[in-house]
Amino acid sequence: MDVMILAGGLSHERDVSIRSGRRVKDALEEHGVTVALADVDTSLIPTLRGLSNTVVWPLLHGASGEDGSLQALLELTGVPFVGTRSQEARVAWVKPVAKAVFQRAGVATPESVTLPQSLFREAGADHVMEAILANFELPLVVKPARGGSALGVSLVNDRSELAQAMVHCFAYGDMALIETAVTGTEVAVSVIGTGDEARVLPGVEIVCEGPYDYDARYNPGRVEYFAPARLSAAGADAVEAAALAVHRSMGLVDLSRIDLILDDSGVAHVLDINIAPGMTETSLFPQAVEAAGLDLGALYAQICADALARASA
Amino acid sequence: MTHSDSGGTRLDPWLGSYAARAHNMRASEIRALFSVASRPEVVSLAGGMPYLAGLPLEQIGEMMSRLVAEQGETALQYGSGQGYEPLREQITQVMELEGIHAHPDDVVVTTGSQQALDLVTTIFIDPGDVIVAEAPSYVGALGVFRAHEAEVVHVPMDADGLVPSALDETLTRLAAAGKRVKFLYTVPNYHNPGGVTLSLERRPQVLEICQRHGVLVLEDNPYGLLGFDREPLPALRSMDPEGVIYLGSFSKTFAPGFRVGWAAAPHAVREKLVLASEAAILCPSNASQMAISAYLDHHDWQGQIKAFREQYRERRDAMISALEEMMPSASWNVPDGGFYVWVKLPPGLDAKSMLPRAVTARVAYVPGTAFYYDGAGADHIRLSYCYPTPERIREGVRRLAGVVAAELETVRIFGAGGSGPSRTIEFPSPDIA
Repeated sequence: MDVMILAGGLSHERDVSIRSGRRVKDALEEHGVTVALADVDTSLIPTLRGLSNTVVWPLLHGASGEDGSLQALLELTGVPFVGTRSQEARVAWVKPVAKAVFQRAGVATPESVTLPQSLFREAGADHVMEAILANFELPLVVKPARGGSALGVSLVNDRSELAQAMVHCFAYGDMALIETAVTGTEVAVSVIGTGDEARVLPGVEIVCEGPYDYDARYNPGRVEYFAPARLSAAGADAVEAAALAVHRSMGLVDLSRIDLILDDSGVAHVLDINIAPGMTETSLFPQAVEAAGLDLGALYAQICADALARASA
Repeated sequence: MTHSDSGGTRLDPWLGSYAARAHNMRASEIRALFSVASRPEVVSLAGGMPYLAGLPLEQIGEMMSRLVAEQGETALQYGSGQGYEPLREQITQVMELEGIHAHPDDVVVTTGSQQALDLVTTIFIDPGDVIVAEAPSYVGALGVFRAHEAEVVHVPMDADGLVPSALDETLTRLAAAGKRVKFLYTVPNYHNPGGVTLSLERRPQVLEICQRHGVLVLEDNPYGLLGFDREPLPALRSMDPEGVIYLGSFSKTFAPGFRVGWAAAPHAVREKLVLASEAAILCPSNASQMAISAYLDHHDWQGQIKAFREQYRERRDAMISALEEMMPSASWNVPDGGFYVWVKLPPGLDAKSMLPRAVTARVAYVPGTAFYYDGAGADHIRLSYCYPTPERIREGVRRLAGVVAAELETVRIFGAGGSGPSRTIEFPSPDIA
């Protein structure tokens, strides 16, 4: 079995994707797997058509990589690939749609409203923002309805900050998700496997000086991690059950990372889903793997083998 | 990975060991966005990379091959800490074009003029010392100054460059406040990013003001020979050899890949520069220096500079005409040399906040905040015309116009914009500076 990792792409998270791709490549090669790295460009489809006994691992972050487009392309070419199928990826990528799906599965998530930029123009920004503030208590979180790596995300502590937060959000996309900010313990739970065979890895607790923004995520030092998370047995059960429920109800495949906050009353609120979680030096998925006592290269190789076997079945 | 007292882990095992000055060294999502700029789908108007396709690469390859074959044992060996003497001689001839009469002993060859900038700062700046710089200023210099914990005070420019009265007022004010100003940092020709040139009339005025205040002048001049329509103006150093340290470079007049620059400094300063350089790098690359020396000896380097000028003029024209046609709500200078146009955005727009939208639209620029020590500059962007073809420049401006229009619409809807002054140091990658 050979592996081809797709990394880079044209999204705002290209830099993270390239770093993820290199790290996964290194881990697989240490495990004896032959790995090639490729970007998504005009040579991709001819390259894919020439592959044999090769699994493709799409590690593009952001749009194109996580919104189902790349997965759809891989499905068209018929190559075996790691991760969630295009239809489910498309649902997972759009945060408000994903929230609706796993809410129906009984998973808690912060109250939210999703609004396009056009509505602010048509109905009057002041009126819409007043309506938001009348229905949601501060603090609020404003984020692009599609996106990752904390890009375009703002915490609104005061009414006067909302307009600027909206402008910042709409620089990344035309749809905003506005949520109540939940306080509690921030935990990322990584899930491996598919369907009934999916299982959780130890949660990683994130303690950050200041906001958990792009700099905190990708530059070592500002964040303290606890893996496994310092939760009570009940708290650990709550976050793990929520993560597993999301992974299964959304039809996610092979791996995912679910970001949650466990509030003071023990309720696990799901904030975000990642079907192609970051695999950089500071990323949460590799930390969870190590906390589980697993070898990164061995796990990655198993994920690839499972994808190949699934395609052959 | 290091374990904290609370039992958690931090992924940087040396977190507790960094000097205080390193704490503000953070890459940001803005810098990460520039990794997209390297993709061919993106029209990058961000990079300050020279257009090298016009170089006689075959002849240069033959020249370098001969260099190794005939002088390899010298070229590939350690050399003098002050630099290869024949090249220092040739550098004095290059500087003659801008009126500088120097002796080869006045010249210290460095690994790019960026290293010369770092060396000068190393030997002059204690933490808290003040450096006066134009507003805006070269991002690579600001990074060096911050790394040495200097305070940078900006002085305004206008269409004729640094404003002498503002410089005088600033130095007077700083002296009254008990601040120690060590030098004025200036890019007097085809300024990066401002595009303007210090007028001939203002040059002796600036020197007189600095002399009166006891302030050294650091003259950084990578673009002086790249004017489109006139002969080079006399360098500041030509007017005051004892009061000016001159930084030169072959990056724009030949090629940046060799990493060869130089400082021409007063005698005592030069001695310290050599010592500092030897401590940092032992010696500049003999191979690079000898390659440049051979190029200057055997190729029509002045003819090549003329060819570069015409290539950059064509690109400048393409950019200005595209801006006039497609972005009338912005304003800009029209540079008469160098690589850059400094564009003022329409009111209400923030260049940093707008960058993600630009990346989505497949066009890149450098936000003006990169060029200010104090986080100002959000209302400006730097556009580079040096690298893309005229057709790509036009396409880039077309895309940028769409981004500006969309951002204006957003700001109009919300009556707000901007991310506020940036306190994060955003170190550019070399191809962006």
